Amino acid sequence: MNKTVLTIDDSRTMREMLNMALVQAGYRVIQAVDGVEGLEVLRAQGADVVITDINMPRMDGFGVIEGVRADPAHRATPILVLTTESDATKKERARAAGATGWIVKPFNPTKLVDAIRRVAA
Amino acid sequence: MDPFESIKATFFQECDELLTDMESGLLAMEAGDDDSETINAVFRAVHSVKGGAGAFGLEELIRFAHIFETVLDEMRSDRLHLTDEVAKVLLRASDVLADHVAAARSAGSVDEGRTLGMIADLQGLIDQERAAELGLDGDGADDAADEDFGFVPIVLSLDEPAAEAPEVDLAALMAAAAEPADAAPQAATATPAWLVTFRPKAEMYAKANETALVLRELARLGEVEVVVDTTAVPPLDQLSAEQAYLSWTIRLLGPATESDVREVFEFVEDDCELTVRREGEAEAPSASLQAADDAESDASASAVEAAAAAPLDLDALLARVQGAPSPEAATPAPEPAPEPVQDAPKADPANMGVAGLIALAEQASLDHVQAAAPPKAEAKTDPKADARAERASAGGTATAATPTIRVDLDRVDRLINAVGELVIQQAMLSQRVFESGLARSSDVALGLEDLELLTREIQDSVMAIRAQPVKSVFQRMPRLVREVADMVGKKVRLVMDGENTEVDKTVIERLSDPITHMLRNASDHGLETPEEREAGGKGVEGVVRLAALHRGGRIVIEVQDDGRGINRPRVRGIAVTKGLIAEDAVLSDDEIDNLIFLPGFSTADVVSDISGRGVGMDVVKRSIQALGGRISITSEPGKGSKFSMSLPLTLAVLDGMVVSAADQTLVAPLSNIVESLTPRAEDVHLVGGRDAVIRIRDTFVPLIDVGMALGFRDEPLPPASGVAVLVESEGGGKAALLVEAIQGQRQVVIKSLEANYQHIHGVAAATILGDGRVALILDVDALVTTSRRKAPRIEKRMAV
Repeated sequence: MNKTVLTIDDSRTMREMLNMALVQAGYRVIQAVDGVEGLEVLRAQGADVVITDINMPRMDGFGVIEGVRADPAHRATPILVLTTESDATKKERARAAGATGWIVKPFNPTKLVDAIRRVAA
Repeated sequence: MDPFESIKATFFQECDELLTDMESGLLAMEAGDDDSETINAVFRAVHSVKGGAGAFGLEELIRFAHIFETVLDEMRSDRLHLTDEVAKVLLRASDVLADHVAAARSAGSVDEGRTLGMIADLQGLIDQERAAELGLDGDGADDAADEDFGFVPIVLSLDEPAAEAPEVDLAALMAAAAEPADAAPQAATATPAWLVTFRPKAEMYAKANETALVLRELARLGEVEVVVDTTAVPPLDQLSAEQAYLSWTIRLLGPATESDVREVFEFVEDDCELTVRREGEAEAPSASLQAADDAESDASASAVEAAAAAPLDLDALLARVQGAPSPEAATPAPEPAPEPVQDAPKADPANMGVAGLIALAEQASLDHVQAAAPPKAEAKTDPKADARAERASAGGTATAATPTIRVDLDRVDRLINAVGELVIQQAMLSQRVFESGLARSSDVALGLEDLELLTREIQDSVMAIRAQPVKSVFQRMPRLVREVADMVGKKVRLVMDGENTEVDKTVIERLSDPITHMLRNASDHGLETPEEREAGGKGVEGVVRLAALHRGGRIVIEVQDDGRGINRPRVRGIAVTKGLIAEDAVLSDDEIDNLIFLPGFSTADVVSDISGRGVGMDVVKRSIQALGGRISITSEPGKGSKFSMSLPLTLAVLDGMVVSAADQTLVAPLSNIVESLTPRAEDVHLVGGRDAVIRIRDTFVPLIDVGMALGFRDEPLPPASGVAVLVESEGGGKAALLVEAIQGQRQVVIKSLEANYQHIHGVAAATILGDGRVALILDVDALVTTSRRKAPRIEKRMAV
């Protein structure tokens, strides 16, 4: 059974990039365009790993992390935040909220898969 | 297409959308909207452009977007406040960003000077100290791009073995670990092994990190020996699922560097105690572990004590569990829990294999996770966060875009085509039924009527699929007006109305040029300079209004300015000088105003007065006529001018004049037709014994016998027995088409002849009439051009 990755990003380009890299690596990918949709999809379909952008309309990445960690059914789901921010405060804030790890954009597909492997069985 | 290229195409497509969002946000900000969500949306747009650009290594774009984004971020964090001046700079920055995107797309280059100037202006919004802090000072553009995000353009390699990725072979890992540990050093190089001590804190598990996975990744770097330290595990009844008790010592052999090792712990290093060192470089790890344990362990003091006193005294534990007062405890239910622990002591904990360790670690984190008390979690939920989420989703529902799907244009066109056939088929069927003499009230006739209504509805709905709001064209206009205003030193406010007016996609694509030209004309020449306006008692800022509306089955685009209006004496003077009108011609104001559309009116020496930059209004008029449209101007001296152009809603349907020539039914596009008349024999002259010209009032125009021009007939039609239709080509050339009769005016569905047959000179397309006959649609331009080419000198000599 292939692992399922939920990617949450408002940028179509980024979703397609993730999709390409992940599908190539053998993952099943579900996409959501913002935090609100991401949490809805996670609750409806579940996922083995969540990859989320930080800056998004409606609900940002921090909201996603809080939402997942507060949901008894999914609080153990690993979350990787995806961001171009080198700004340490963003990363720290994501970690404090409960992010499992992070991926710095632009990502290298190998690094992406490495990151997922480090957080998902 | 190469998947990478296809994503790049997506990126540029998305950039268009982002730039549009950005500009409308900035325009709102210019109008005084300083709502944080508006600013955020603009920031996000620029940020996404930068993010995508990073992925494709578009350095120039990244660099500029970064500076732009940094300034927006200052606004987001309230360090920079929105003023008119700031909004203007940001708007100009958005134009430069759009240029960068366009340059990246076409692999072209941008105006370096403009970029540098813009960067300086952006930097100017932030005070120097802060700019230095942000790395934006000086010529810091380069530094900012390099240091700040260390973007490395990447190339996605899709050829990497996919299998390597998700499924790491745990079995192989176990097998490796099962080998005698002392065999390893011989196999490895002389480099001393790495000794890693790893003691997770409870926080690490709360973030869904798992030791087992970290160890598994470490095992990919080389051969590992893992020792788990269970001494901190308290008696089972004191075990808390929220705590972390285990720690590990890992001996790693192989060529891995320290950073390789640390990278594995990247996500967890802040939530654990971690040491990485070469074997033999420090004291025995266990001692330091013990020290760390005493000093900093998260486990409660009593747990540590208990562990020290009796580490994993299983019998005692079991006895305590079974002897516990709780009735459930006596049942077999709790048994599964102790099992993994039970296995543990059997193997010597000090030499436990990786498999066992992983099992233990997984069990620990699994317990941790499963026991993660749902009720507690709910209780802990931050009510503020809930409210935020609710607001967010409520707001989201309100602003959510209407759901859309993307469909290939080809498919829509196929559908439109099929519906066109349906319409024709339906018309033919109706006609046949009618001809067969069936009563109007018969079931068949009534059914046909319903079918006709339905068919029309389907046709309208299908046409509506291709219809799009003119917004996509309108959105590009604020920038244009800004640039023209900057260039000519005027203050111009563009007001837009009816952006959501819909029109066929093909029409939209061709609206852009005429609108651009009219707006440029209005801003550049229609409006006065600020000084003149002030002197004239008007506001310093000129207003240009761009509007779209539906009127009588057509779309009307209006461009109105509140400027000086047409200078009629001057226009008249020019027209006389150019020989366009007689000196004593009597013209109404309207007629004078519309002189500006005459070919040859605008030439270089009047360009700065009435027309645009090198393109005359006659060109605009022609391009609108080519779309089956009309344009006119109304003007009031001192108050301004208004250009109105009206266009058909679609190019798939044409208003035509149905004519017959040599027993053929033909259609002439109505937009080309000026007038029709019955020629008198004395007005027609033969030139060179063959080519006819006809005198219409004061001018001679070629008279084209359509039947002969298209090869339907060899003998010319006597002019007096036919009808002459005066037409004007897109190029402004005139000619009279001689046909036998005019049948009437009709809307026809255009069918491409080239797609179904081949191009025929003089024929633009075909259509199918209600009676099922195919009728050719005349290509007036081709007919006129041919006749002119054949007799250029003649016409000249004959003219006036």
